[in-house]
Amino acid sequence: MERDYQREFTFSPPQAASNAAEVDWLYYALVGMTVFFTLLICVLILTFMVRYRSTARLNRRINVSHKRLLMIEIGWMLPPLAIVMGSFFWGAAIFFNQRQEPGDPLQIYVVGKQWMWKVQHEGGRREINSLHVPTGRPVVLTMISEDVIHSFYIPAFRTKMDVLPGRYTMQWFEPTQTGTYHLFCAEYCGTDHSRMVGSVVVQTPEQYARWLESDEEEPPASRGRRLFQQYRCSDCHTQSEDRRGPPLANLLGRQVVLTDGRTVTADLKYFRNSIRNPDDDVVAGYQAVMPPYPQITEDEILLIMAYLESDAASNREGRASQDGEADDAAAPDNQAPNTSRNGQPRNEPRSSNDQEQQPQRQGQQDELPE
Amino acid sequence: MAEVPLTTLRSPAMAETVPRNYLNADYSIWSWFLTKDHKRIAILYLISITLFFFVGGAAAVLFRLELMTPKGDLVISENYNKLFTLHGIIMIFFFLVPSIPAVLGNFFLPMMIGARDLAFPKLNLFSWYVFMIGGIISIIAILVGGVDTGWTFYTPYSSTYANSQVLLAAVGAFIAGFSSIMTGLNFIATTHTMRAPGMTWFRLPLFVWAMYATSLIILLGTPVLAIAIVLVGLERFFHLGIFDPALGGDPLLFQHLFWFYSHPAVYIMLIPAQGVISEIIACFSRKRIFGYAFIAFSSLAIAVLGFLVWGHHMFVSGQSATAGMIFSFLSMFVAVPSAVKVFNWTATLYKGSIHFDTPMLYALGFIGLFTMGGLTGIFLATLAVDVHVHDTYFVVAHFHYIMVGGSVMAYLGGIHYWWPKMTGKRYPESWGRISAILIFVGFNLTFFPQFILGYLGMPRRYHFYADEFQVLNVMSSAGASILGIGYLFPLCYLLWSLRYGRPAGDNPWLATGLEWTTPSPPPTSNFLETPIVREPAYNYPPLGDGEGDTLRQEKIRRRRQGEWHPTQPPREKVTTP
Repeated sequence: MERDYQREFTFSPPQAASNAAEVDWLYYALVGMTVFFTLLICVLILTFMVRYRSTARLNRRINVSHKRLLMIEIGWMLPPLAIVMGSFFWGAAIFFNQRQEPGDPLQIYVVGKQWMWKVQHEGGRREINSLHVPTGRPVVLTMISEDVIHSFYIPAFRTKMDVLPGRYTMQWFEPTQTGTYHLFCAEYCGTDHSRMVGSVVVQTPEQYARWLESDEEEPPASRGRRLFQQYRCSDCHTQSEDRRGPPLANLLGRQVVLTDGRTVTADLKYFRNSIRNPDDDVVAGYQAVMPPYPQITEDEILLIMAYLESDAASNREGRASQDGEADDAAAPDNQAPNTSRNGQPRNEPRSSNDQEQQPQRQGQQDELPE
Repeated sequence: MAEVPLTTLRSPAMAETVPRNYLNADYSIWSWFLTKDHKRIAILYLISITLFFFVGGAAAVLFRLELMTPKGDLVISENYNKLFTLHGIIMIFFFLVPSIPAVLGNFFLPMMIGARDLAFPKLNLFSWYVFMIGGIISIIAILVGGVDTGWTFYTPYSSTYANSQVLLAAVGAFIAGFSSIMTGLNFIATTHTMRAPGMTWFRLPLFVWAMYATSLIILLGTPVLAIAIVLVGLERFFHLGIFDPALGGDPLLFQHLFWFYSHPAVYIMLIPAQGVISEIIACFSRKRIFGYAFIAFSSLAIAVLGFLVWGHHMFVSGQSATAGMIFSFLSMFVAVPSAVKVFNWTATLYKGSIHFDTPMLYALGFIGLFTMGGLTGIFLATLAVDVHVHDTYFVVAHFHYIMVGGSVMAYLGGIHYWWPKMTGKRYPESWGRISAILIFVGFNLTFFPQFILGYLGMPRRYHFYADEFQVLNVMSSAGASILGIGYLFPLCYLLWSLRYGRPAGDNPWLATGLEWTTPSPPPTSNFLETPIVREPAYNYPPLGDGEGDTLRQEKIRRRRQGEWHPTQPPREKVTTP
């Protein structure tokens, strides 16, 4: 641990992300305002205490007309009102920016459970109770909890977001300073809440790339494949003619037509919900026969997703080389999920699979009325 | 009322022939447990919440000791979590919420408006029993294993995952809630229907306005807490999917319901405190309070705004960004009525004739601490700053400045101010001043470092913490030891004064207000004859060059005659003739 701020006394944690400085500025402005008003009130009280102590002999006649009283009262409402409105707009501007999704982010998935953090990177590197991130690029964390509410808090980045069971939340930041920083769970989550801590390691992009590759674990795609078979997803979601569920290859990021006519984007959220509550969104042409799978854990969902993505990527590569097209541009992206968090499809060249499947799905829809 | 005859100040010799009052009317145990007298019920509440206060305080002593070191070496994590939960539940539901309303409000609201009792005396007694049942159930929950959810009972931890006595403790809080609903209902009915002739709304002491605003919040907010607790119980017992997503529920729903009550609940604790401060400041400045109507209406404004701001507890909860912005915007407006009150109290001091008796020291301390607490509230209402400091020690420090620096200081100030009236006895003034200063100093030492801890990023409810936070935690624990001693002092000398205190006289502070026009302690019916009000509240004589300060003249007169006076503790040679 090279944290030297542990030894020196500071009033704020290190600034290690792009928005830390602006949050600190707002904070110090508010501190200044607080000091000013506290001193003002204290000095006034102390002055009056001394000057108008009961033993002091001086003129205490006072005459405030009704009109003057009204002026005074309204007059001293205005500065507090102006200050809090200023504080609101300043704080809201930074907050609004924090909640806007940044362009070209690095996607990282976080699963919280009592009492540890599990992190999965693009390309599959996983870690527990630590988070490696590179500088110079916005990082989007897509987070979910296995059990109770947690909160992913990095003081050095001035950011936190609750991690809820049952739905994804996100936060983003852009690390600027390399180093090791605290990672805390900020929402009380049970016995070892205070041990649900870890470190955030900010690295240069080169170091981060090297770190990503130094993985000795089984790649998530192959673990995902095993899970896909273990949970017998492959029994129904096959390519065969008499299949009971839609094939899942190339699913992520595509538009899917449902039995009730809605069209949804098959993003992570849709994918997860189709495992947990399969009856919510049934793909057109299929019966609602799938049971819900509460036993698949949140990080297993991410692994299966990683498998489906790598499957899609290898399919695409295979077909691309069959067609004799060198799909170099898309190659680096193949490792990455096809979706950004809010489910917008990536603007990457899509191979012929789409055209192949499109008529097939249309056909299925036509069959439906009969 | 301004012309209180000094002859009513009884000399020690007359203490032998004490007239009938609410305390000596009947000595049997059932005359207390079945009393319908609002004053006796207030005393019952006083005794019970004092016990709860020291139970909650003991928990704080233990976890402050634990936090002296970053490692969890005094208790295990499970017990640490139970300690802070116990502290929160006991202090909020069984001390702070009932403190000023159920003790001082119960005792003085009827007396201030010139009534013989509250509108529903039996309901009042019932509310104490309900309160005690709730309290005992919560204590049982602690004895049979404790609760570890935090006083906020966040789901799905509380509804599904916690293995402690959640339901028992929640039932305790649920039942205690009904007690405050009954008290609130009683206060509203009493204020509307039982004011003495001539006691118009704008002649009411500001304490009554504060109690009225508080009662409105209690009546509208507490049922929502009850609903939330019932739903947690249903989910825990019958596995109905309400809050736990694994059962099809929504965990944020609980937070909405909980804070819909619990944010206004902060004002249930605060507004009565502000009412007490208005009384004390006026009395010890010997002046009508500055901006009476503005203080009265700012209590109502805070009560109304309190219901519109609950979402500022949920900026990082997963609530939408739009909701966050709306709640931040609305929360900001609370600053205005709060500032109005602080400015008006300060302006009341201007050209006053200021006496530094114990209640006034508490009141002046209150203004300073409430100012700090209120201003740091703006940090938390400001979105970007709250994202960083939410659920850290900054929040802990902020709400302790409001609820301990504010409410507890005011409660103690009020207890000292009205102690002569309630008991007919004087407390030793020097001890009172020493403990007021100790509490002020100890409080700041305890909680100021926590603001810095919070901005440095130390999350609340942490048993183990990072090494660099230790210095500030040790400071905080050191301050807490001073604060603890400060709280023990009043317990000792107030009890002492019950037996050895000098007789107080009807109106030792020469304060205005109907409660000071009756004997101390008051007779069971409060007033020997129904008072008729002919003047506004705080109608102190004009100060002029100081000759209007009746309290000052009274103190001089007492000193000349060798009598006791409020600034000196009784001397042995005077007590034994």
